[in-house]
Amino acid sequence: MARASTTQRKAVVTVCAWAVGLVIFFPILWTILTSFKSEVDAIAIPPKFLNFNWTLDNYHDVQERSRYFLHFMNSVIISLGSTILALIIAIPAAWSMAFVPGRRTKDILMWMLSTKMLPAVGVLVPIYLIFRDFGLLDTRTGLIIVLTMMNLPIVVWMLYTYFKEIPGEILEAARMDGATLSKEIIYILTPMAVPGIASTLLLNVILSWNEAFWTLNLTAANSAPLSAFIASYSSPEGLFYAKLSAASTMAIAPILILGWFSQKQLVRGLTFGAVK
Amino acid sequence: MTITMRGLLGATCLAALAIPAGAETITVATVNNGDMIRMQRLMPEFNAEHPDIQVEWVTLEENILRQRVTTDIATRGGQYDVLTIGNYEVPIWAKQNWLAPLDDMGDDYDADDFLPRVADALTVDGTMYAAPFYAESAMLMYRTDLLEKAGLTMPENPDWDFIAEAAEKMTDKSAGVYGICLRGKAGWGENIALLTAMSNSMGARWFDTDWKPQFDSPEWKATLDNYLNLMTNYGPPGASSNGFNENLALFQTGKCGMWMDATVAAAFVSNPDESTVSDHVSYAPFPVMAGHENHGNWLWSWNLAIPATSTKQEAAKTFVAWATSKEYSALVAEKDGIMNVPPGTRSSLYANQEYLDAAAFATPTLNAIESADTQSPSMQEVPYTGGQFVSIPEFQAIGTAVGQVFSAALAGSTTSDQALSAAQSLVSREMSRAGYPKN
Repeated sequence: MARASTTQRKAVVTVCAWAVGLVIFFPILWTILTSFKSEVDAIAIPPKFLNFNWTLDNYHDVQERSRYFLHFMNSVIISLGSTILALIIAIPAAWSMAFVPGRRTKDILMWMLSTKMLPAVGVLVPIYLIFRDFGLLDTRTGLIIVLTMMNLPIVVWMLYTYFKEIPGEILEAARMDGATLSKEIIYILTPMAVPGIASTLLLNVILSWNEAFWTLNLTAANSAPLSAFIASYSSPEGLFYAKLSAASTMAIAPILILGWFSQKQLVRGLTFGAVK
Repeated sequence: MTITMRGLLGATCLAALAIPAGAETITVATVNNGDMIRMQRLMPEFNAEHPDIQVEWVTLEENILRQRVTTDIATRGGQYDVLTIGNYEVPIWAKQNWLAPLDDMGDDYDADDFLPRVADALTVDGTMYAAPFYAESAMLMYRTDLLEKAGLTMPENPDWDFIAEAAEKMTDKSAGVYGICLRGKAGWGENIALLTAMSNSMGARWFDTDWKPQFDSPEWKATLDNYLNLMTNYGPPGASSNGFNENLALFQTGKCGMWMDATVAAAFVSNPDESTVSDHVSYAPFPVMAGHENHGNWLWSWNLAIPATSTKQEAAKTFVAWATSKEYSALVAEKDGIMNVPPGTRSSLYANQEYLDAAAFATPTLNAIESADTQSPSMQEVPYTGGQFVSIPEFQAIGTAVGQVFSAALAGSTTSDQALSAAQSLVSREMSRAGYPKN
């Protein structure tokens, strides 16, 4: 009896999990399906689910009109660049906050987080002016800097929570054996926090990849990443839903595949330290 | 050096050679509309004529583009050499000295060929600051089969009473057919464009001559009541989130009897490749109030302008002159058919019998543009110019705020009286904050 009820419960939970998963995934699935429709099928009422003439024309048109590879490479360089730079800054910062906290550490952490509460548009003009004067407009370097700044609070916070889980005694032991500060961080702390660092890295890559305020406002022709590529297919006058969907599918495909392969690390990292 | 490396080096050298030595590169910011995309496709023709000018394109969604180029031009960022902007921005930016004058465009350019209504909206103190690429007004598009079934005939100049009657008779909710589709999505360029044109035609105005908002006037009350009556009784469900594209999709799939919107829609709804109702579409002027002549004065043009900060003025001017020339129209006609020539800018296009024969919407479009008086948009005296917008910098903000209030009324969360009084108080507050009345 008990076993039957456990099986039943498992079945219910599984069905619920699949249902929730499908609901969350449905917009993406719909985008992918629409990308294979003609523009007329894309707006058909009632909507056509699978019974339409599948076509690759939209991908062909998008490929012909846009320089996808340029935008793709910009996205890769900007998201990886900003993530690595953020990690280089955040690992020592999180180390000091986790292992040698001062009286004001908590306040500093809160203050860092509070910068995320400011709407980005509020600092658009000052940042634009600074970028103009330093010649950083429409450059990948400029975007790497600004995205590093934007994501730094989250990176520091995440690493701080992971580092807190590591016993300080291990670092102490390393110091007793004569490890210098840099050796302690590079050879002892970092390898122990790899799952945490990996999930921070992945999350930050995803956040930078999807960032669509700074990447749209600070770029023109040369350094525009995939967010600008998608925006170029949204039209106020004219129905280009199928082409827009094809562009969106091409833009999210790399990150979707990356997420799929690294889901183990992501979940492990995000639940790291949750169960003792 | 490996073979791959040599190959790569060779390819790089070839790529470098492909760009002519000394070529100047200009950056053009534009929107993703069919006519602009066609222009991008025709770039090889431009390069054949002007091998010394390379064009880089930045295509963005309209609202993003507006925010992006406004930031750039206001901070003198200098990212763009040619901007695609509307006739709302042109006079405001020209007065700030942000745009380069476009007077001497060459001998063959024939600037006098531009339709006077369109050229006037881009001219400040006798100088043109942008060249029109395509222009549109608003008109009524309707289904001839449904109107016939309803036993009605479209008058030459339909009035709002006729529209209400026709909407009622065309509506067949059980078949999913709605008599009328109008914009409901909030925004100064969305529902407010329609409602401002509608209010113009019904004798209302945004401000009196002392810049006092007029939402407490009986004319605005009549406008909003008329709109809400039409849309709640004969409009499609969920209309408060419908913009141009949503209504276009509804009309093309046979769900709407009548639709009043930008004239550029006519090319889409009459195209058999996109529209299921292309055989049953006809056009009439934007409705008026019975006994009056005001058709709403809707006029919008997408124009090419050159920022005063551009360091490549000459190359930019050459490009703008090419893209807005008669030769460009001829090129489009040759490559893609005369129906696809950017509409609404040059008189010569409407004097071309071939075009008039090919495009059934040509004459209604021309009539709509010619009837749009942007210099005195309302039937009453007003201190502003405009049409479906008020030509002041504050309009984007107040228009969108009022749009949200009216959209909420359409969704049924407020009554028309509450919406009007909310609009009145918020516009009064914003205008006094902005320092109106100004001398």
